[in-house]
Amino acid sequence: MTTAPAIELKGISKSFGPVQANKDISIRVMPGTIHGIIGENGAGKSTLMSILYGFYKADAGEIFISGQKTAIPDSQAAIAAGIGMVFQHFKLVENFTVLENVVLGAEDSGLLRPSLARARRELKALADEYELNVDPDAIIEDIGVGMQQRVEILKALYRRADILILDEPTGVLTPAEADHLFRILENLKREGKTIILITHKLREIMDATDTVSVMRRGEMTATVKTSETSPQKLAELMVGRKVSLQVEKSPAQVRDVILDVQNLNVTDEKGVHRVKDVSFNVRAGEILGIAGVSGNGQSELLEVLGGYEKGTGTIIVNGQPIDLTGAKSDGRSRRERGIAHVPEDRQREGLIMDYHAWENVAFGYHHDPKYQNGMFMNNAAIKADTVEKMERFDVRPPDPRLAAKSFSGGNQQKIVLAREIERNPDLLLIGQPTRGVDIGAIEFIHQQIVALRDQGKAILLVSVELEEILALSDRIAVMFDGRMMGERLPQDTDEKELGMMMAGMNKGEAA
Amino acid sequence: MDAMPKWADVVLIPLISLILAATISALVILAIGESPVEALNLMVKGALGSTYGWGYTLYYATNFIFTGLAVSVAFHSRMFNIGGEGQAMVGGLGVALICLYVPWPHWSLALVGGILAAAIFGAAWAAIPAFLQAKRGSHIVITTIMFNFIAAALLNYLLIGALKPKGSMEPATGKFPEATHLPSFQDMFSFGETALFRGAPANVSFFVAIVACFAVWALIWKTKLGYEIRAFGHSESAAKYAGISPTKIIMISMMISGGLAGMMAINNVQGEAERLVLNAVEGAGFIGIAVALMGRSHPFGVFLAALLFGFLYQGGAELALWTKIPREMIVVIQALVILFTGALDDMVRAPLERVFLAFKRRKRKAA
Repeated sequence: MTTAPAIELKGISKSFGPVQANKDISIRVMPGTIHGIIGENGAGKSTLMSILYGFYKADAGEIFISGQKTAIPDSQAAIAAGIGMVFQHFKLVENFTVLENVVLGAEDSGLLRPSLARARRELKALADEYELNVDPDAIIEDIGVGMQQRVEILKALYRRADILILDEPTGVLTPAEADHLFRILENLKREGKTIILITHKLREIMDATDTVSVMRRGEMTATVKTSETSPQKLAELMVGRKVSLQVEKSPAQVRDVILDVQNLNVTDEKGVHRVKDVSFNVRAGEILGIAGVSGNGQSELLEVLGGYEKGTGTIIVNGQPIDLTGAKSDGRSRRERGIAHVPEDRQREGLIMDYHAWENVAFGYHHDPKYQNGMFMNNAAIKADTVEKMERFDVRPPDPRLAAKSFSGGNQQKIVLAREIERNPDLLLIGQPTRGVDIGAIEFIHQQIVALRDQGKAILLVSVELEEILALSDRIAVMFDGRMMGERLPQDTDEKELGMMMAGMNKGEAA
Repeated sequence: MDAMPKWADVVLIPLISLILAATISALVILAIGESPVEALNLMVKGALGSTYGWGYTLYYATNFIFTGLAVSVAFHSRMFNIGGEGQAMVGGLGVALICLYVPWPHWSLALVGGILAAAIFGAAWAAIPAFLQAKRGSHIVITTIMFNFIAAALLNYLLIGALKPKGSMEPATGKFPEATHLPSFQDMFSFGETALFRGAPANVSFFVAIVACFAVWALIWKTKLGYEIRAFGHSESAAKYAGISPTKIIMISMMISGGLAGMMAINNVQGEAERLVLNAVEGAGFIGIAVALMGRSHPFGVFLAALLFGFLYQGGAELALWTKIPREMIVVIQALVILFTGALDDMVRAPLERVFLAFKRRKRKAA
């Protein structure tokens, strides 16, 4: 090869206190390619990219940009070196227009007008060139996330970036928006831009990249040509052992209706109508999966069912209506009615991060008589219970006295699952069961959910991962803008159709 | 997983903060033109050199234990109760009313009555800001501080009006009846000829304060309510998920906090002054914040920190008596302690963590 790599990292190491986030990482990314970096949460992907973008300083190692050794002490230096970054959480000023956001920080002079005029011309050129159409005068908060992401890309391009780093770019997109993004990336690549795509989704790597590097526990375990590998192989490289990507399950043995939701409406504190006239049911022995892009009312639906958001309408559990607004609309009353809840955000809701594992195992069930000892809590009983649950759910390390925050994402989720599933609930609400969970633990968590279904329990699954919905559900409902777009059976549908529904298009309308 | 062993967090960091505060205080004393060594000597002798000194030190410490516990309990639910001062004033009002208007047969019953009255009045005074926080979202820091002023105004009004004995020129209540007087340390520990703690104000309330320490410890770490209070303090969103009512926790934790602050009145009003005077609290409510910070909101830590501040208070009084160093020096030292243990906690913590990590790593290499 005669051309110098667009980016070359040599021996990058970085540690945070006792944690070694990056160990002696070397990587070469050739210009005009899409290079994927895949790895589980905490594998060190984001740290590596933060070093490249000047947020962190590496403890050791060198960075070469187009063959030139380059020091990147801060993000200005990264931008000057032609690196642009699109963060997972967008860094946009919500009440500014697209144009103002693009210019922000890259103004030509003290006067705004000439900069804006120049930016407008350039934006137009970029839009034509790369299929990056955005209305320059739209206010950020009025446009969708897909658009907002395009603004982030435009920002980078406006700053003359030749190397574009995208961190988990599809997390908030519908499948159609994701496809559009990948088309844009293809166009950019054709124009000679270099793209680094960080993701934990195997499918995106397979579809979009030319080469892929796999990271595991801070180390780069392999760099291969995408055409010469398979999802199965990548998964093995990520986890370090053989994993099954398929969920094994037998046909559902469906019985009575456990959960019946009729005309549920939820309006949040700001007065936004989040859930609109939603009706559905879940029967014993089945998993109802609710698909949808995040922020389309699924979270509020779970919160009302879980008892900590108010709603109107009727919800019947086991033949009895539950209280949606009054004194019995709290988490404790829900648990007493046999509803267990694995919340979407385990760090904000499911766990107290500073509590020991054993304190978390009692969380929400701390009124249980078997945890009481007269006027005091029977901490010994809770600890004993925790030891058992940790063993059955293979929580590592199995130390009940460790704070929840000391466990990995997967093990935190196992603690929540152990607590909720072991209560033997009639209905399990489960939101984003595998968000931020490593592949090895995903397998285990999916098995547990299916096992609970096979015991004849009703399960309501909410997930933004379409693959997960398709793999686990016995029936699939799609939510868009607070409404139910319809139900499908997994064998009768595919990602394409569900993706259309997630974007608000029904088959009938689309035709 | 933690960078430091627990003892370092609980003992070493406050100790280092304290040494830093003391060093700077020493520099200030030097700047005034006095000798820090001499000053320390005087303070130790004055506060701990005699049973008389101890009698004062423990008297002050008793006040600070109550107010320190009050701030600690509120801290656990992430409520910053700055209203200890006002709650203690109003607690004093409760004690005064119950001592003046109820004919108690014996001091022990009067003590129980005093505790109840002080706690109820203090709790009620804290309940209003708590309610405003829970229901209206009015910030507890702002409202509790405002309630300090309202309490002061209320006491002013009552002590120059309804509660002032006829003909008295002083803004204070009359003397409480004999039967409500609590036994002082002098009464309790002096046998025969040797009078210990002669004239010192420390009294039986000190033991009530110790009991309160144990009670708070059990409440926070051993009961369901304490579990809920701490859970709410760590994460309101998680508490909601678990079915813990924010309103309930804010109200209860603030009322316990106010009750504890109010209970200080059995020491300074019923035990020492034996009548209610203006400004009886003397800033103990604010010192409670420093005590709670330094004691890491743990009753045992609060106990130790209260002893320390008791020593500083009494020692400081001695300093003012025998040297040119003004009593306000103690306020400087307190401020430094708050600064180092509260605001600048990380300044001590971060380097210390690094030291421990380096140490650990070397040990691992050696192994």
